[in-house]
Amino acid sequence: MTDPARLRLVKFLVLLLVAVLTTPASATTIERVVSPGGIEAWLVRETQTPLIAVEFAFRGGNAQDPAGKEGTANLVAAMLDEGAGELDARAFQDRMQRLAMQMSFSVSRDTFSGSFRTLTANRDAAFDMLRLALAQPRFEQAELDRVRAAVVAGLRRELTQPNTLAARAFSATVFPNHPYGRPPNGSLDTVAGITRDDLAAYHRRILARDELRVAVVGDIDPSTLASLLDRVFGDLPPRGARFPVHDIAAVGAGTWRLVDVDGPQTVIQFGLPGLKRRDPDFIAAFVMNHILGGGTFTSRLWTEVRERRGLTYGISTGLSPFDHAGLLVGATSTRNDRVAETLSIIDTELRRMAAEGPSTEELAKAKSFLIGSFLLRFDTSARLAQQLLAIQLDDLGIDWLERRNREIERVTMDDVRRVARRLLTPDLIVVMAGRPAGVTERRPGG
Amino acid sequence: MRRITPLAVLFAAFLFAVPTVAQMPAPARIAPAVLAPHASTFWLANGLQIVVVPDRRLPVVTHMIWYRVGSADEPPGKSGIAHFLEHLLFKGTEMFPAGQFSRRLGEIGGQENAFTSWDYTGYFQRAAKEHLPLLMAFEADRMLNVRITEEVVAPERDVILEERKQVVDNNPSAQFAEQMANALYQNHPYRIPIIGWEHEMRGLTRDDALAFYERWYTPNNAVVVIAGDVTEAEVRALAEQTYARVRVRAAVPPRMRPSEPPPRAPRRIAMTDPRVGQSSWSRAYMTPSYGSAKDGTAEALEVLGDILGSQTGRIYRALVVDRQLAAIAGAFYSGSGLDSGRFGLSATPRPNVTFEQIEQAIDAVIAAVVDEGVTADEVDRSVNSMLAASVYAQDSMGSLARIFGNGLMQGQTFEEIRTWTDRIARVTPEQVNAAARQWLDMRRSVTGTLARGDAQRPRS
Repeated sequence: MTDPARLRLVKFLVLLLVAVLTTPASATTIERVVSPGGIEAWLVRETQTPLIAVEFAFRGGNAQDPAGKEGTANLVAAMLDEGAGELDARAFQDRMQRLAMQMSFSVSRDTFSGSFRTLTANRDAAFDMLRLALAQPRFEQAELDRVRAAVVAGLRRELTQPNTLAARAFSATVFPNHPYGRPPNGSLDTVAGITRDDLAAYHRRILARDELRVAVVGDIDPSTLASLLDRVFGDLPPRGARFPVHDIAAVGAGTWRLVDVDGPQTVIQFGLPGLKRRDPDFIAAFVMNHILGGGTFTSRLWTEVRERRGLTYGISTGLSPFDHAGLLVGATSTRNDRVAETLSIIDTELRRMAAEGPSTEELAKAKSFLIGSFLLRFDTSARLAQQLLAIQLDDLGIDWLERRNREIERVTMDDVRRVARRLLTPDLIVVMAGRPAGVTERRPGG
Repeated sequence: MRRITPLAVLFAAFLFAVPTVAQMPAPARIAPAVLAPHASTFWLANGLQIVVVPDRRLPVVTHMIWYRVGSADEPPGKSGIAHFLEHLLFKGTEMFPAGQFSRRLGEIGGQENAFTSWDYTGYFQRAAKEHLPLLMAFEADRMLNVRITEEVVAPERDVILEERKQVVDNNPSAQFAEQMANALYQNHPYRIPIIGWEHEMRGLTRDDALAFYERWYTPNNAVVVIAGDVTEAEVRALAEQTYARVRVRAAVPPRMRPSEPPPRAPRRIAMTDPRVGQSSWSRAYMTPSYGSAKDGTAEALEVLGDILGSQTGRIYRALVVDRQLAAIAGAFYSGSGLDSGRFGLSATPRPNVTFEQIEQAIDAVIAAVVDEGVTADEVDRSVNSMLAASVYAQDSMGSLARIFGNGLMQGQTFEEIRTWTDRIARVTPEQVNAAARQWLDMRRSVTGTLARGDAQRPRS
């Protein structure tokens, strides 16, 4: 059941990235495995470690929480290993521990995902636990109340934290009246109102085979994997029932919001409308973002805000491509009396990038970094599986690893300048959580 | 014969398709195995130890250098200088002045960072393997030849002050953890936060940093760990051209750390802060560590930590599941300190549950362990989990490099680190019970509560 087209992953990477390499890495291939039941997984066989890592995702994350029931997906994720099939919560947890397996579920805006690792020695038994968790969770009332209490305690703790407050206010500002604008894990009110039926309904609607993507790395052959895929995912309904989520362009241009919270430092979230992954300018924007604030010790914002002036411990920006919207977001924090100065430098740097673009040297170095560091994303089985999953979710094609660095290489100065002008408009959206001195809210047009 | 309805047929098929627990395969017993069997270690003439952990899966390397010096070695009044120095060591060296190394790493797609602990300071890079000579040349240069100009010192001091605000002072839970450590140790410098007390950080100077650097940064006080697509022979050859040329700056000074007196009384702290959204209860006991006890105590405490602290462990079961007093509860053992380890207990009370109720319930769990002991099955399960964790760790060259670095910094030998699973597998219920009886002694402990309230005038 193996796709005849095989990709020599590491070989390609090596050819592209590493001009002089003393020892070629062993050829690793991505195999497209399709089970008799029609479930597809991308597999990289890796026999050096006696374990198997599986990363999978269903499309439809917390954006699929019913209105007024925000936090449902998060609770489902926390409840799948709290009893399933014949096993009550205690028996299930006990067996997971005895099998020394690792299984967890998590939720993003657009996906409900699972992360699973087992020792090959316990393969069949551990996969069976995954099957039970996915297909037959019990969602018992007593366990829901217990798990809910932990979620509520977590929310109480988070909701006095400036980071959380800034992030929530930022989403609400840029995505009003849209699922993306709602709190991802819900609020104290909505979590209190979620019932077993709500969990079961979400489970039925989202955990279905039609929008499932699977990536596997480890010591397993394609035909064994094919039969395990049917075994694990075959009990799920063939089709889900997702609410329609409409596309939205981030709004709130020029808005500055203040969330009052006591503390010595103000957390600042800032952003602008960004790009979806399919936008033809996405890769150019990715390169531009690296130069502006992409998280290394050499970006412009890092140099100006941290290195030159000591205004912060950290500052970075990134692209957030969702299924239905795109954002360019940044975050930093600084003591309350230096917020105005920090914002002014961020503004100056964004304007400078929009007006002039990067230097030739900056562009060359950025491309060189992004190409050279790509290999570092694959250093464990789970991380490799996560990359294979992300490529599937973004629909980039099984040859993406081969193409990716060429696409970075192709980005020109004109591309970066064009995308900088397009994205870095002078209407930065800013949310501050703290007690900043001398900074007031701005509500253009409101 | 009764007719079978289609529904019943489906149901029957379902039953046959799903094995019952009894039919499920039995979990495999994991055998203890030498960690990273292809790893090796050797010393250069200047005293530098090098550990090589081959992993040929990807043509990349993780390169780390660990110095046997941390915040617990700081002079009095200079808290935070070990960490401040770590920051300043990114400011330039003789071969790579003014941030040139970070820019060079940026070009080749390498990543870098550093960390400071009570007992050690570490620096690391990850990059494609052909850049290893550059990484080694850089760290060899940084060991003796740092160049720190006065103008970079003031902004960087502001950076560490912002770091403290971000990581500690903007978060009452982090301030509380700092207060707990401060109460746990009465004399040992583990009572002082690694990042430093703010008022002392403000006074740290370039001269303070350089004095600390010149005292401690020397090849005979460091360990290099290289994990990834390399062989020991390759590393030896590269080391001859880099690290081997670094002169011994000085004999390593003794680590003059004040030690703990015998503890006489349990300590208590009650912290309140208006920013607390969720109250919490904690206890920490001062215990031996892997570095301070070689008699199996640390291994026994490790197993005890899992028996009490895992998701199926006694604390969670009693506090969260059975009695429903806590929303979250657990226990852990940290055996990583050079001079001392700690055993921790924590719980997040459910609404309308008092700290007294939490404490009574936790004390009852501890009393049951001390009085009646743990079962052989509990030990078996926890040991199995830890052996599995060791297998999982071998999937990550970064994890292996950290395990070796950490262990060597904290008083373990290369062989002791590699054979940890052997010793864990031999832990008996009797050893766990003896460890619980001896070390979960209230006189060795601090119990703390964190609640919402006026920061200046606590309610209780």
